[in-house]
Amino acid sequence: MTDTNTYSAASEVASTITRRTRWERMKIALKKAPLTAWFGMIVIAFYLFVAVFAQWLAPHGEADNSFAAYLPWGEPGHVFGTDQIGRDVFSRLIYGAQNTIGIALATTLLSFMIGGTLGLAASIRGGWTDQILSRIVDILMAIPSLIFALMLLSVFGSTAGSLIIIIALLDSTRVFRITRSVAVNVVVMDYVEAARLRGEGLGWVMRREILPNIMPPLVAEFGLRFSFVFLTIASLSFLGVGLQPPTADWGSMVRESASLMQFVQYDLKSGLTPLLPAGAIALITVAVNYVVDWFLHMTSGLKD
Amino acid sequence: MSEDSKQNEGKAGDILLEMRDIRIEGWSDEKWNPIIKGVDLTLRRGEVLGLIGESGAGKSTLGLAGMGFTQPGCRITSGSIMFDGIDLVKATDSEKRALWGSRVAYVAQSAAASFNPAHRLIDQTVEATVAHGLQGEAAAKDDARELYSALTLPFPETIGERYPHQVSGGQLQRVMTAMAMSPRPDLIVFDEPTTALDVTTQVEVLLSMRKIVEEFNTAAIYITHDLAVVAQMADTIKVLRYGKEVEESETRQMLTAPKEDYTKSLWSVRALHKEAQPSDDIVLSIDGVDAAYGRGLKVLHDVNIKVPRGRTVSIVGESGSGKSTTARVITGLLPPMTGQVMFNGEALPAELSGRSKEQLQKIQMIYQMADTAMNPRQTVGEIIGRPLEFYHGLKGAAKEQRVLELLDMIELDETFYDRLPSEMSGGQKQRICIARALAAEPEVIICDEVTSALDQIVQEGILKLLMKLQEKHGITYLFITHDIATVEAISDEIVVMYMGEVVEQGPKDEIMSAPYPDYTKLLLSSVPEMDPDWLTKLAESRDDTA
Repeated sequence: MTDTNTYSAASEVASTITRRTRWERMKIALKKAPLTAWFGMIVIAFYLFVAVFAQWLAPHGEADNSFAAYLPWGEPGHVFGTDQIGRDVFSRLIYGAQNTIGIALATTLLSFMIGGTLGLAASIRGGWTDQILSRIVDILMAIPSLIFALMLLSVFGSTAGSLIIIIALLDSTRVFRITRSVAVNVVVMDYVEAARLRGEGLGWVMRREILPNIMPPLVAEFGLRFSFVFLTIASLSFLGVGLQPPTADWGSMVRESASLMQFVQYDLKSGLTPLLPAGAIALITVAVNYVVDWFLHMTSGLKD
Repeated sequence: MSEDSKQNEGKAGDILLEMRDIRIEGWSDEKWNPIIKGVDLTLRRGEVLGLIGESGAGKSTLGLAGMGFTQPGCRITSGSIMFDGIDLVKATDSEKRALWGSRVAYVAQSAAASFNPAHRLIDQTVEATVAHGLQGEAAAKDDARELYSALTLPFPETIGERYPHQVSGGQLQRVMTAMAMSPRPDLIVFDEPTTALDVTTQVEVLLSMRKIVEEFNTAAIYITHDLAVVAQMADTIKVLRYGKEVEESETRQMLTAPKEDYTKSLWSVRALHKEAQPSDDIVLSIDGVDAAYGRGLKVLHDVNIKVPRGRTVSIVGESGSGKSTTARVITGLLPPMTGQVMFNGEALPAELSGRSKEQLQKIQMIYQMADTAMNPRQTVGEIIGRPLEFYHGLKGAAKEQRVLELLDMIELDETFYDRLPSEMSGGQKQRICIARALAAEPEVIICDEVTSALDQIVQEGILKLLMKLQEKHGITYLFITHDIATVEAISDEIVVMYMGEVVEQGPKDEIMSAPYPDYTKLLLSSVPEMDPDWLTKLAESRDDTA
């Protein structure tokens, strides 16, 4: 028994949490990651690699149409043949990764900046600010987003810039909602009140007091949003208002080669060409979702 | 009742529960950590055993183990628990379920969180009894109404028809006792049943619990950290610390002649005392303040409080008396409807946003829950360093140096600089909050129930520290609390609040001695004393006057 006369505050027994660096914690988490998460991470890493090094990986140029049209699969130099104006399908698949992933990433980042900032502001300020912002978001969400995007794109023109801004704006409504809903639980904490009593500005309270405490759900949402943005871009391209030719992207590649499906009974391989970009889209969506699932599982503290 | 024959099989004095060398482990941080390290416990029929100890001593875990129950993430590794001939360690879940709610019952700390808000009280009271087939529903309900009246609940005939949110916290706690008593169990485990209640309510709940336990000759394990409370309830007291037994003896003997040093230190905590020094130099005054939340009911009515410089003014009252609202008005979080707050002779702007940095710096606040008062993602260095940087423009090495000085002032060393709040004990966390307030170099610190979430020994340490800092730096404290013992220990002046009004304000000795206004008298007489006969005497004296 310890003598109580020598009581000192510093020797009080705290919880038995051992301190680990971020890197150590990551290693432990990775060790316990399920197979699906590994699959997702490998696929994402592969896609990123392809996107970054597209220029070096692709055997032919993105818009190089110096070959015969509709060459079949396995033709020397053209693993997946050529398209309707003689561009190498394999090269365009690789460039498509770069364009689609780059734009989807930029769009998701922008939508998080807009939605996240406004969501935090709404939760901290409350009252009228919250009411006005939330109702605007309600109105925007009431309009079917694909149709709204189609309309805006036909008004402002289908450049990469307007594509990013319009989709980001429409998607930021969902980010706003999730940020606001997780932040309102943190805003009522005493440490946020303490910061306000100290006289801290809105920016500090947002960045330093609240943001670090709501990161896990936001990171998970980032992954989900990314795959949805990806699908939206592909859908818009498929409808012809997304990225414009000759820029390669998977959505418009599906559209351009869709008619080949009719000939699948004559040439099985060439008939499957539209499924290549479609499959690429499906694969990354599934991969991202696997990783997000795993991440949510870890951060929500659920036990296996 | 037909069950009486079954329940009274054993005679009073027979051993009902016997635990031998119990060891329990809890899973945290990727490994099993011992919580209970080999404790024996014997409980006879009709006996009340008090389990006391600081938080983390393992008293709840041991109490629950008495029912054969372990919390999720815990396991019993060795030992035996014999309940009336049944080994609860080896018993299957269905065997234990047959006992729970029929022969063993549990009363939890937070009644409000333990009731289903969607069902009427009486349905919940008789649920276990009916489910176990001990009584038919109608008979059980009649019995429940008798229990309500035995527990001195108001309107015993109809109160059961209400929903949990329609009764007060003290009443709800008594309904839960009725629920536990409904199947006439052999054993009830009370887990801190009055901790969340005001002193005036606590007295009523204690009285009715004791009465009913005596009436039905039920054995009970009473878990609490409040020694004065356990002295009223228990026949024997067992002191636990770090999962081990410190000592066990009969209540009176324990109070008069504790054997172990640790037990003595638990008893001596309330000996803290400070001579009140009056002063007329007013630093902060609240003049004629009325306040309300939104357009709702007024919670403050014409509140006037004067706070002299360098002194401690305590605001006491039950929950809902407007103590914390007063603090919110002073800090500017809740602008008053009428009246104003004067600081050093100048009126403070009512709104927080209207106040200057200097005005904010001069009044600091310490919160009840140190856990939520610190950002869990910031280190101690960041938490204490921020006001230094914000108010005094300190940066880099100068800031770090000052943080270390502050850590020294609160009796912690430099190893705490890089710690996160989750790596400290409750008392250490509260000290960091004090350091954060000190870092601003304030004139007034508002302490909102700063010790009520802490253990006795830790409380004493924090109070001593606050008094030392006052002596050294001449800081003024506005101390908000419901704990009269704390008030007696540290205040110069006392403000008694009730229902949003100031009942009286004056020097400590004046308030604490007769003649009292009615409310102050009720409040003071409700504070449990170490005397095991206190509750009995109090009940008698109140019966006389009633």
